[in-house]
Amino acid sequence: MRFKIHRYNPETDKKPYMQDFELEIDSSRMVRDALIRIKAQDESLVFRHSCGEGVCGSDAINMNGINGLGCLTRLSSLKQPIEIRPVPGMPIIRDLVVNMDQFFNQYRAIKPYLTVNDPEPEVEYKQTPEQRDKLDGLYECILCGCCSTFCPSFWWNPDKFRGPAALLQAYRFLADSRDQATTERLEELDGPYRMFRCHTIMNCVNVCPKGLNPTKAINEIKKMMLKDML
Amino acid sequence: MTLPKRKFDTLVIGAGGGGLRAALQLAQADASVAVVSKVFPTRSHTVAAQGGMNAALANVSPDNWHWHMYDTVKGSDYLGDQDAIEYMCRAAAKTVIELEHAGVPFSRMENGSIYQRPFGGQSQNFGGDQAARTCAAADRTGHAILHSLYQQNIRSKTHFFDEYFAIDLVKDEEGFVLGAVVLEIETGEPLLIEARTTLLATGGAGQLFRTNTNAHINTGDGLAMALRAGVPLQDMEFFQFHPTGIAGKGMLISEAARGEGGYLVNKDGERFMERYAPHAKDLASRDVVSRSISIEVKEGRGCGPNGDYIHLKLDHLGPEVLDKRLPAISESIRTFLGVDPSKDLVPIYPTAHYTMGGIPTNKSGQVVVPVDTGEEVIPGLYAAGECACVSVHGANRLGGNSLLDIVVFGRAAGNDIIEFLKENPYHRRMSQDSVDQALSRIARWDQKGEGESVDTLRRELQTTMEEYCGVFRTEEILSEGLGKVLELEQRMSQVRLQDHSKIFNTARIEAMELENLIDIGVATVTSALARQESRGAHSRVDYPKRDDVHWMKHSLYYKENRRLDYKPVRTKPLTVESFPPKDRVY
Ligand SMILES: Cc1cc2nc3c(=O)[nH]c(=O)nc-3n(C[C@H](O)[C@H](O)[C@H](O)COP(=O)(O)OP(=O)(O)OC[C@H]3O[C@@H](n4cnc5c(N)ncnc54)[C@H](O)[C@@H]3O)c2cc1C
Ligand code: SF4
Repeated sequence: MRFKIHRYNPETDKKPYMQDFELEIDSSRMVRDALIRIKAQDESLVFRHSCGEGVCGSDAINMNGINGLGCLTRLSSLKQPIEIRPVPGMPIIRDLVVNMDQFFNQYRAIKPYLTVNDPEPEVEYKQTPEQRDKLDGLYECILCGCCSTFCPSFWWNPDKFRGPAALLQAYRFLADSRDQATTERLEELDGPYRMFRCHTIMNCVNVCPKGLNPTKAINEIKKMMLKDML
Repeated sequence: MTLPKRKFDTLVIGAGGGGLRAALQLAQADASVAVVSKVFPTRSHTVAAQGGMNAALANVSPDNWHWHMYDTVKGSDYLGDQDAIEYMCRAAAKTVIELEHAGVPFSRMENGSIYQRPFGGQSQNFGGDQAARTCAAADRTGHAILHSLYQQNIRSKTHFFDEYFAIDLVKDEEGFVLGAVVLEIETGEPLLIEARTTLLATGGAGQLFRTNTNAHINTGDGLAMALRAGVPLQDMEFFQFHPTGIAGKGMLISEAARGEGGYLVNKDGERFMERYAPHAKDLASRDVVSRSISIEVKEGRGCGPNGDYIHLKLDHLGPEVLDKRLPAISESIRTFLGVDPSKDLVPIYPTAHYTMGGIPTNKSGQVVVPVDTGEEVIPGLYAAGECACVSVHGANRLGGNSLLDIVVFGRAAGNDIIEFLKENPYHRRMSQDSVDQALSRIARWDQKGEGESVDTLRRELQTTMEEYCGVFRTEEILSEGLGKVLELEQRMSQVRLQDHSKIFNTARIEAMELENLIDIGVATVTSALARQESRGAHSRVDYPKRDDVHWMKHSLYYKENRRLDYKPVRTKPLTVESFPPKDRVY
């Protein structure tokens, strides 16, 4: 199979370039398998990866123009030559590795932790199965960044717009029957940028490898804000 | 070149469940904590844990911690230390509640309490009916726990060094451990982190084996760091093979699949576990189920064109259970096998999974080494999680007991560190020698020229371990295996990197990981060759029986001269009566 892979080593390269590789590999394998095999031939190729089964979120990359996880993307689903680039819009460190600081800063900014002000009981906080169901489609996020780094609003304002992943997590806590910081959370997201930069382009939904829906979460937050105002 | 330095009260190496639980305890006690991880914290392999975490909450079946303790001692094939096991089982309920309060989205019962499922080796009333003791967040429990712990650490302002690779511990002349030399992966520059205590929470070493359920990063670095610091490794011959890895690929299908009612069948469609474990059947202990699968395949009852795997049957569970209780596993089966668990049988085979052995600690997480009359603590050094050997798992870990282990002992280590910091308020002067030694590990990879590649040796190591140190072992096979890993150790000095750049040089990281793996491989085979009995996961065809007279003891492997030593199992619990060894039937 034929590949074109984004290369850039700031120590030796003036600017990034695309390098061709050919590899004999069963096309039912995943893109990550191919990258590992290529690295065995050319150890200078650099990419992040770890669990190999789509739960650690390390290997977000851009394949033929679309963001996804290398470990979950079958080679046969991609047209050759397969073009592999880093996820767009982020500062490139080397080859396929980008600096994700902005992404994590936005995640931290939504205060992604359960906040309860009442004294702690000696047993679990009770939650009915129906209340717990509300967290499905939210808590599964693996922070891979496929969504936010494929979102034009995030490219333009990575310092001000929280981005789809962080907003999905904001809603994960708003939707949690145990959480008591609803008002603070909603206030924090108000204003022209933090959430309202979302223009419902829906790129996030299309690329999320876990099938999550940040756009829907953003809508739910808007509904909560409206209710809060009334 | 002057080596940049940072100074903290305490250093935690590893940001999985073990490291993050310890860090949280410390940060909440206002200690300054540095957490070093070679990957972003939520990428640690705790994230992959599926089935759940054991605690006798009795939400589903009658239960208490004492029954849990019995099951764990029996599961360990009587090699577990009963004081530590009692401590863990007593602490379990509280620990789960703390996690729930921290935000873990556990699945729920109708009355709003935490959902629990049956897992292997669990019984009511000391060996009676099946218990349901495993607290679960669908089949994404590890993900749920790891993310919640990271989130609470953000709240507590823990200091994270993400994508820093720990090279080696540093000490002073008196043997106090005073921090570590680490490498910033992005810049390729070393950094010295000084701390009054250091906790190793670096996880397991599943990458020793070719087919495994572990992540690329599970290379047992902390185990090798301990070995190089003169600390022995305990019970390394006990490596768990999980019965149900996806055949040929290794991704795990959690025991939850059998806990929720799935079972194994051979090529004749026979539910063969009924023959091997008439009572517990598919929910017997993992060592028992893995051996049974291997025997079925060996005796020609395997499935598929080559008869080299077994089928897991889930299609009778119905969409409700598959979608609600096993959603991630179902998705994995579809993605990696292209089959539909609601219609098709799933090919599985025993797969290297869990490192029972590790750095010897007591139940406060302090690293202990034997001296003439007993044990001595290594001042300033702690270990918790899969890299530690407390030992609560002994010769065979029960499913759902590792998430429990990492959180209980991560927390306990945090508490003991707080005490140590009070008693040792000042930083000590480290020995330049030990810093230089760590730096020389990095410098070694600057050697240029032709040589073998890291990739070649890693692959050879993994196939060797699988062939010569797998589910069934004999003197002959193990001796040959030892020869092979020692040869790899020799050849390692001839390995050269071609990439000598600094920035995000993952080839250099992988080279140092391979050095670690080889040390651990030698430790594992050496310990396995010496133990002339079958116990738990260590199954010697030439010594098929457990031998409590000669072998009810922990092995300790030292790197220097590959020396082995032994220490007694702690059979005396904290408060209850000891469980004496019995025949282990399921
Ligand atoms: C697929 C799978 C499913 C499982 N399911 C269950 C289950 O359902 N129930 C259960 O009880 N157990 C389960 N287990 C076992 C359990 O998940 C692990 O034993 C446990 O999570 C290990 O946690 P840990 O904190 O010790 O290590 P890990 O989570 O592996 O974390 C290790 C940390 O150390 C860091 N690290 C390692 N080396 C270095 C270095 N040199 N420098 C810097 N950082 C380093 C890593 O970056 C990482 O942060 C499962 C295991 C697997 C593989
Ligand atoms: S929402 Fe989906 S794409 Fe975005 S970070 Fe989470 S898992 Fe990745």
